[in-house]
Amino acid sequence: MEFSELIKTATVESVLLAGTGLPAVRGTLCITSHHLLLSSCPGGDGQPGTVELWLLIRNVDAVEKRVQNLGWYQPPRTNGSPRDTRLAGSSGTITLRCKDLKVLQLEIPGMEECLNIASSIEALSSVDSVMMMYPFFYRPQDLRLEEGWHLFPLEQYFQKIAAQTNQWRLSDLNRDFTTCPTYPAGVIVPAAVSDDTLRRAARFRQGGRFPVLSYYHPRNGTVMLRSSQPLTGPNRKRCPEDEVLLGTVLDEGERGFIIDTRSAQAAKQARMTGGGTEPKSSYPQWKRLHRPLERGRPLQESFIKLVEACNDASLSMDRWLSRLESCRWLSHVKAALSTACLAAQCLDREEASVLVHGAEGTDTTLLVTALAQVILDPGCRTMVGFQGLLEREWIEAGHPFHLRCARSAYSHARLKQEAPLFLLFLDCVWQLSRQFPFSLEFGESLLLALFDNAYASDYGTFLCNNEKERCLCKVKENTHSLWAWLNQPEEKKKYLNPLYSHNPLVIWPSVEPQSIQLWQGLFFRWIRPSQYLEEARAEMQRLVEAKEAPAKESAGSRLSRSLSDPAARTENER
Amino acid sequence: MEHIRTTKVEQVKLLDRFSTSNKSLTGTLYLTATHLLFIDSSRRETWILHHHIAAVEKLPLTTSGCPLVIQCKNFRIVHFVVPRERDCHDVYNSLLQLSRTAKYEELYAFSYNPKQNESEQVKGWQLIDLAEEYKRMGVPNDYWQLSDANRDYKICETYPRDLYVPRTASKPIIVGSSKFRSKGRFPVLSYYHKDKKAAICRCSQPLSGFSARCLEDEHMLQAISKANPSNRYMYVMDTRPKLNAMANRAAGKGYENEDNYSNIRFQFVGIENIHVMRSSLQKLLEVSGTKGLSVNDFLSGLESSGWLRHIKAVLDAAVFLVKAIAVESASVLVHCSDGWDRTSQVCSLGALLLDSYYRTIKGFMVLIEKDWISFGHKFSDRCCQLDGDPKEISPVFTQFLESVWNLMEQFPQAFEYNEAFLLQIHEHVHSCQFGNFLGNCQKEREELKLKEKTYSLWPFLLDEQKKYQNPLYSPDFSPELTLLEPNTVSFNFKFWRNMYHQFDRSMHPRQSVYDLIMNMSEQNKQLEKDIKELEAKIKQKNGQPDAVILKEHQQSAHPAPVALKTPPCFKKEQPLIPVNDAVRTIEGSNTADNRYSEFMEEFSKAEPAVVSLEYGVARMTC
Repeated sequence: MEFSELIKTATVESVLLAGTGLPAVRGTLCITSHHLLLSSCPGGDGQPGTVELWLLIRNVDAVEKRVQNLGWYQPPRTNGSPRDTRLAGSSGTITLRCKDLKVLQLEIPGMEECLNIASSIEALSSVDSVMMMYPFFYRPQDLRLEEGWHLFPLEQYFQKIAAQTNQWRLSDLNRDFTTCPTYPAGVIVPAAVSDDTLRRAARFRQGGRFPVLSYYHPRNGTVMLRSSQPLTGPNRKRCPEDEVLLGTVLDEGERGFIIDTRSAQAAKQARMTGGGTEPKSSYPQWKRLHRPLERGRPLQESFIKLVEACNDASLSMDRWLSRLESCRWLSHVKAALSTACLAAQCLDREEASVLVHGAEGTDTTLLVTALAQVILDPGCRTMVGFQGLLEREWIEAGHPFHLRCARSAYSHARLKQEAPLFLLFLDCVWQLSRQFPFSLEFGESLLLALFDNAYASDYGTFLCNNEKERCLCKVKENTHSLWAWLNQPEEKKKYLNPLYSHNPLVIWPSVEPQSIQLWQGLFFRWIRPSQYLEEARAEMQRLVEAKEAPAKESAGSRLSRSLSDPAARTENER
Repeated sequence: MEHIRTTKVEQVKLLDRFSTSNKSLTGTLYLTATHLLFIDSSRRETWILHHHIAAVEKLPLTTSGCPLVIQCKNFRIVHFVVPRERDCHDVYNSLLQLSRTAKYEELYAFSYNPKQNESEQVKGWQLIDLAEEYKRMGVPNDYWQLSDANRDYKICETYPRDLYVPRTASKPIIVGSSKFRSKGRFPVLSYYHKDKKAAICRCSQPLSGFSARCLEDEHMLQAISKANPSNRYMYVMDTRPKLNAMANRAAGKGYENEDNYSNIRFQFVGIENIHVMRSSLQKLLEVSGTKGLSVNDFLSGLESSGWLRHIKAVLDAAVFLVKAIAVESASVLVHCSDGWDRTSQVCSLGALLLDSYYRTIKGFMVLIEKDWISFGHKFSDRCCQLDGDPKEISPVFTQFLESVWNLMEQFPQAFEYNEAFLLQIHEHVHSCQFGNFLGNCQKEREELKLKEKTYSLWPFLLDEQKKYQNPLYSPDFSPELTLLEPNTVSFNFKFWRNMYHQFDRSMHPRQSVYDLIMNMSEQNKQLEKDIKELEAKIKQKNGQPDAVILKEHQQSAHPAPVALKTPPCFKKEQPLIPVNDAVRTIEGSNTADNRYSEFMEEFSKAEPAVVSLEYGVARMTC
């Protein structure tokens, strides 16, 4: 396939671009294979136009077109201008609704051009082949391709655990992705369990996702495991290897908790389709807890409804509150936080190990395990640690980003497997950052950047659904890593929280509805004028930096300047 | 003192309001003449002023004792369990008596003694000078003058003595107009905008009924519109819903007929009355006080309380007013029914949006003194200072503070003061500790001789203004008459957690950005000062060995933490938003503080066999 086949009209002159809160600009619109560009008309003095818009077409979620002035439907009343006013007068407006929730309007002169542009954008934005996506073409000058891809090797994570206990080992039984196609090559498993046993246990778990270590709690040596549901089925099948695997995690007399992210009812029903949950009789040491979390289509619909409500400025207070309620997004935030806190509480307070799973073990499971680690582990709250957590618990753990983030809240396309679980995770982390404003090294801007990049990106980090696909597509060889870009000193500075100071404690958030807030920075990013809030943030940053500065540098340098002044003078005189 | 039946009860439990695990502190309860005091086993003190008590309730006896629930006007709710019913009964009856005051002279302000001498007391009362304030606005001038018509409160009892009216409004016009207005509250100047030469005026509803006219009142309005050289049209804002205003016509009151007044544009803005507001707040408190609330219950409760809708209506009205003045340079006359509730809200918020002075600490005090205290907002009735008609109670002033808070959220750098300032004012509007808010109008205050017998709140707040300063306050917003244009789309209005859950610590962020920033900016200033001093010294000592200077620098680079002085009047009160001694608190908080601990309880109940788990719950709840 050639991109050029999809582009029906490549350039249009005199297009008017408008977005909320921005002054409208007129310029030349260009469509390339991956971008939509608008450069403002060069001034009369022959200066080149400035680029006003540089939009990744993958970021477009929905294209809406409206054609105006359909002059030729009416008979021309006057014989005024010699030019064909009927066609010249027609124009169209294209509304681009982006995955990052931004809305742009393009007013395009000429109806045919408008329709062509719209269909070109539609076609280009729905190219589904991973290898055709922009990250495979993006070659920034100051980054090297291999940079950032091996920042967080599992070996390194395992070494930290191995330093404290010899109960766990790093297994490469999945090196060719045959045991579990959605697991990475390496997984951390109980040292006492052989690869053979693991292979058999994997056959008893949906998608082969057998229980693996997600987090080791150094304070008391308890662990958090994750897996998919067991395939007990209607006949209550058992699997001795799976029972052994879970059994070895607990010492004699010890108890563990299985947090099932489905309701007891749903877990029971799953038996009819071959799934199910661990029966007490076969896993006597494990207590099962059901904490239903929303996933799949209902979660996507919740996201869509919330964004719809946020975009409707005409809502009365009562309508706004009732739409906020009926979309249920904040309920999902509360439920996710509560469940993660429960898992953390089991580990830290009950000193009991935990296994988390739902059905496939790639969505709500990862939401809970990742969030619990942010709550428990100060290491995950640093810039680098958080990236490592995302790499380990979302990307390598096989959250199907390609499927889940294919479409955002505006798309009219029929929903397939889209669900904003990653966004829900980011929202929960944002709630933590509001309740513990000094405890996270990164700020809201990082969470926003992650959201944007998960849905449309120049980088390969969030491409594909799992490590196996990434290997097949050679993502790590042929695209740049988001982390390499984020970690450049100049770039990194933008994402740091100026107030951060290391907090070694567990951060237990309040999950009262009064404490849970709507993430305005995300949902109103393009709607609400935020100039005053941003200025306030900049001022806060300035104050903090000034605080560090006078003590360390400014005072010192100003003093030394004053002290060295006479010397400098004499040098000049010389 | 004769009301106190028992002064001390031991072994009393203080329950945590939101914990489902019956977490409690045990301690001793003391009753003093002014306060209820609870000291727990770790010597932590909880002080509750009797005047703050809105309701005391005795719940049915339980196995652990007799529960006593005290609701306060500052939205604190405490839940005691007294071991013996007899004691509980005594405390209950004492509190009922102590929290109800029949006479002004029995209020705390009359016995409160902050150990100031007389001249300090007098100076304190002189801190806010409204004549000075009108001068600052630019009146008297060619169009507006001070009228002595109400010198002796003869024309309007609930207005202040000094009133500013258009120069062309003669005494007969004033008298005539006042007779045509409810409670004699005729149109007077509330705020004058120097640049636009436009005025905010206020009054009460006209006694127009279905057809009555009053030529003097018509002249009065004409005089106001003529006093504005930039726009001869003026707006008349009736802040009530149209239906209410129409209903008033049947009682011989009502609103201005546009046909009878020349050059007016009449507008209803639909703020509900005090009764609707009272029950709205009641509903809000019921929702926010519910244990184990789900997000959806909370949001639907918030919606059905209507509270945020009312706050939005108040702010929308203020925005309407500001647009008339800032965009059209038109004067605006604001009224409601009696012109002391909704009118005060809209006039004061309008002025706050127009004039940056009111966004300073001193200016905000002036604003409250002018539009609320002097123009006769009935603080005594609305805040139930004396035992009186419960139908007169209404959170009108609280709504004003909440509107200001919403503006602070939108413009974090536009205000010199912070949220704690608003909370502290709210505290003292109800505390009756200072004379400012006592009584319903200036005449009453003079009769009570408040300036001799009580103290003014403002000097005390100014004394500790460091606590109330917004560290992010920006000079960009400080030039005179810098306009704020707030966005009043619904999603901008949020539930004010720090007001309604001020004392429910587990709900708040565990680390306060405000405290940190405040401290940092404080330290920055100190360091800047140090640097200047040092530089001065260097100039002096130029030529002396460096070592000396550097050593001095090292010493001063680490100033001792700024100890905030606590004047005696606040010593007894706990800080509003718990201020921690350590600036950057490292806190993880406790699982037991939060509701998810209930999960553990829930499943341990379902499966009683789990011994270790029950142990866990027990440990968590202690």
